[in-house]
Amino acid sequence: MVNVEIDGKQLSVENGVTVIEAARRAGIAIPHFCYHKKLSIAANCRMCLVQIEKAPKPMPACATVAAEGMKVYTASDMAVKAQKGVMEFLLINHPLDCPICDQGGECALQDQAVGYGGSASRFYEEKRVVLHKDIGPLVCAEEMSRCINCTRCVRFGQEIAGQMELGQAFRGEHAEIMSFVGGTVDSELSGNMIDLCPVGALTSKPFRYTARGWELSRRRSISPHDGLGSNLAVQVKNNLVMRVLPIENEDINECWLSDKDRFSYEGLNSDERLTKPMIRQGGAWRETDWQTALEYVANGLRQIANESGAAQIGALATPHSTLEELYLLQKLLRGIGSDNVDFRLRQSDFSADGKRAGAPWLGMSIADLNRVDRFLIVGSFLRKDHPLLASRIRQTVKKGASANIVHSVDDDLLMAVANKVIAAPDALVNALAQILKALSAEKGVAADAAVQGVEVSAAAAAIAKNLASGSAPAVLLGNYAQQHPQAAQLHSLAQRIAALCSAKFGFLGEAANSVGGYLARAVPATEGLNAAAMLAAPRKAYILLNAEPELDCADSRQAIAAMRAADMVVALSAYKHQAEDYADVMLPIAAFAETSGTFVNTEGRVQSFKGTVKPQGEARPAWKVLRVLGNLLGLAGFDQDSSEAVRDELLAGIGDTAAALNNDVRDIAVQAGATAANGLQRVADVPIYSADAVVRRAASLQRTRDAATPVVSLNAADLARLGIKAGDTVKVSQGGDSIQLCVAVDDKLPGGAVRVPAGHAATAGLGAMFGAVTVEPANGGRA
Amino acid sequence: MLSAQVQAQLERELKKYPADQRQSAVMSALRFVQDEKGWISGEDMQDVAAYLGMPQMAVYEVATFYHMYNLKPAGRYTLTVCTNLSCQLTGANETLDYLKSKLGIGLGETTPDGKFGLREAECMGACVEAPLLTVNNKRMCSRLTPEKIDALLAELDAGGAK
Repeated sequence: MVNVEIDGKQLSVENGVTVIEAARRAGIAIPHFCYHKKLSIAANCRMCLVQIEKAPKPMPACATVAAEGMKVYTASDMAVKAQKGVMEFLLINHPLDCPICDQGGECALQDQAVGYGGSASRFYEEKRVVLHKDIGPLVCAEEMSRCINCTRCVRFGQEIAGQMELGQAFRGEHAEIMSFVGGTVDSELSGNMIDLCPVGALTSKPFRYTARGWELSRRRSISPHDGLGSNLAVQVKNNLVMRVLPIENEDINECWLSDKDRFSYEGLNSDERLTKPMIRQGGAWRETDWQTALEYVANGLRQIANESGAAQIGALATPHSTLEELYLLQKLLRGIGSDNVDFRLRQSDFSADGKRAGAPWLGMSIADLNRVDRFLIVGSFLRKDHPLLASRIRQTVKKGASANIVHSVDDDLLMAVANKVIAAPDALVNALAQILKALSAEKGVAADAAVQGVEVSAAAAAIAKNLASGSAPAVLLGNYAQQHPQAAQLHSLAQRIAALCSAKFGFLGEAANSVGGYLARAVPATEGLNAAAMLAAPRKAYILLNAEPELDCADSRQAIAAMRAADMVVALSAYKHQAEDYADVMLPIAAFAETSGTFVNTEGRVQSFKGTVKPQGEARPAWKVLRVLGNLLGLAGFDQDSSEAVRDELLAGIGDTAAALNNDVRDIAVQAGATAANGLQRVADVPIYSADAVVRRAASLQRTRDAATPVVSLNAADLARLGIKAGDTVKVSQGGDSIQLCVAVDDKLPGGAVRVPAGHAATAGLGAMFGAVTVEPANGGRA
Repeated sequence: MLSAQVQAQLERELKKYPADQRQSAVMSALRFVQDEKGWISGEDMQDVAAYLGMPQMAVYEVATFYHMYNLKPAGRYTLTVCTNLSCQLTGANETLDYLKSKLGIGLGETTPDGKFGLREAECMGACVEAPLLTVNNKRMCSRLTPEKIDALLAELDAGGAK
């Protein structure tokens, strides 16, 4: 600790703390532009110059480390003169276009010019002009003359996003921020550059010129997308969500947001919104009122329950639904006597059901990820599935932790990877078994009988050695591992690996409420059918909550077939979607930001939020719809008058939520033998902007490179064997269905793996996310 | 792909730096490319970035920072004439005018046959030899007179050494 005095205030700070940070703690604001607490120190704007006793000239507070006995004056004549001088320099080239600048009213330069700028300029020469750039559909760089070259955006790319897409080219007066030869900024975290930009150089393309900062009311919310549960400030004008910004929460999203969280609000105002209850009569859709629609649903469900048994009714919900919605959905189903309710739509292996000790979760707090020194990440499209968790892990790896990867694809994680095993889908169990066996040897214990026979590869041995050498290891299972047809075996093996090296063990939650779904008991209890079984053995009636089965289910073809075969499909959805083909009733429900509710994020944190805007049209919050439906069906316990009442009822039933979280699984038989190569197997990722109904309709996100029409990728050897050239259109067939896609070469894929994304309309014609596929030239003959 | 020659030069250069700091060689890499091709294209920068394992944008930053990297096609021989004070006093303007009329091009231009380019530079630190020009930033020609310039151009025109 060192003792410093800032503007007469005494305080003591840890060694290495900068003057600007020490001053902040003392409640003294020092003007600055380039300094940001999460970024490296550049000290290039010079705005934070302060006077330090015994220093002959002003010092930059951001780059000066507090030292014992240091006396700092932030507002002395010397400091103020320096700050005013810097401000005059900054304003020399800055255009005076505040009235038409999108940043106006929330601009650091504007604010600080009021404090330190002159009332008139002494500069009569021509200002410099920096040409505008097109760097993609999200971040707008149309007015680069406004740039003060603080390089926050560049440092963000290098340090947080992990890829340097923007840089400062040329020098001196000619220096400008740009991308490499007209390239776009494709990072999944790019929107943070807009927040970081202290002036109006980088602005939000979707938000531009739609509102002024002071016209917007700011309301708290929680992100409905990935399992992180980012804290959002939803900004509203005229009952429309105009913009979403992060609310700082060091334990969750820090001060960042992924682009998905930030820009998905555009989906709320999509033309595809369902705004009136609709009933299909004689093959045609008719708008109706809520009373008629709900009575129709209640009568239909009652009739099917009476005639065919309640077990013929099934409910599918997405894990993006709120806790309250999931809770009332399962309560409704169980009220009418069916146990067929599930939210794990993309899961294909349910053999761990009934063998779990609790709800699968991260196994630690999100902030604990910063303290891990050895990662084993199994089956995760980490960057695209969990952009901010990936960034957190990236920072940890940068500080010296090592990342070990077991996966079927080798996408660039933009971090140093210590060891990796990239294996075909059916070889993943074997890969984990190898690591377990090698780790047992490292630890000098007898290996499990199930893995005795496996042959340990060098990479697996290296991973085991790396894990064993750590003091705070963590084993994490990603979405791909959870969706895998041998998910339970992967789970069990990962658990044993974690136990052997005393590692934290956890699941990276796929969606906002992947943990909450378990807490809400939206899973079959005993005799009920899980999501896959409900579709494999088609029911007579389905209730869909937020779900678009053809895009949200593990097997899209099977899902759509089951929907078409059903006597009655009730779609509770914020959007018109393919349900128009097969549903009988479509009930418009409030989308994210329009309803109150609760998400339980992947670390088990219960975060409730309020609605920020009114639902569009006649849409109603789904919990209200389900409650009224419960009333119409004459069920007991459907008299809550607020979502909080629903939540409290549910949480009271659980007691301690932390105790309900447990990743232990028992009695899973592991078949760890090496698999013989047998043809091509599908590897399916869910593209980042196809993962849920809202982002699929977010127009700007859909124009990004990540949202490009999926291609099928294979490695060069497989392509050559099939006689196909990259760029050709090929026919991909799976279980009797086929689609045509463009083919790309990805030499990082293991042999036999065919990457075909799921969750996208272009690939919905195929079957399960895993399984055998064939690829052939589209024209039927040789290409 | 960087040519075998550039790769060989670069491998030698890389020996000067720690194995995990390959990007230290970026300036040399760009110089080798320019020596070979006369200028550095976007693809060349991508190749350098890939070879050294650094972001393309970081290579671009370096290439645009320094004036002596040509980012547009330049002549086979770029003649860079110093126009600072000492050279001015000893006749840099006349030298420049003579070159302009002789080659038929202005500053920053290249002859139609792609042979000669003309640039202006700041002080080269050899004022005692003024007026000066350099050929391809490598060879300095000093105490210029019209006769010396004629001889130089004739030598280069005949395919003389760089």
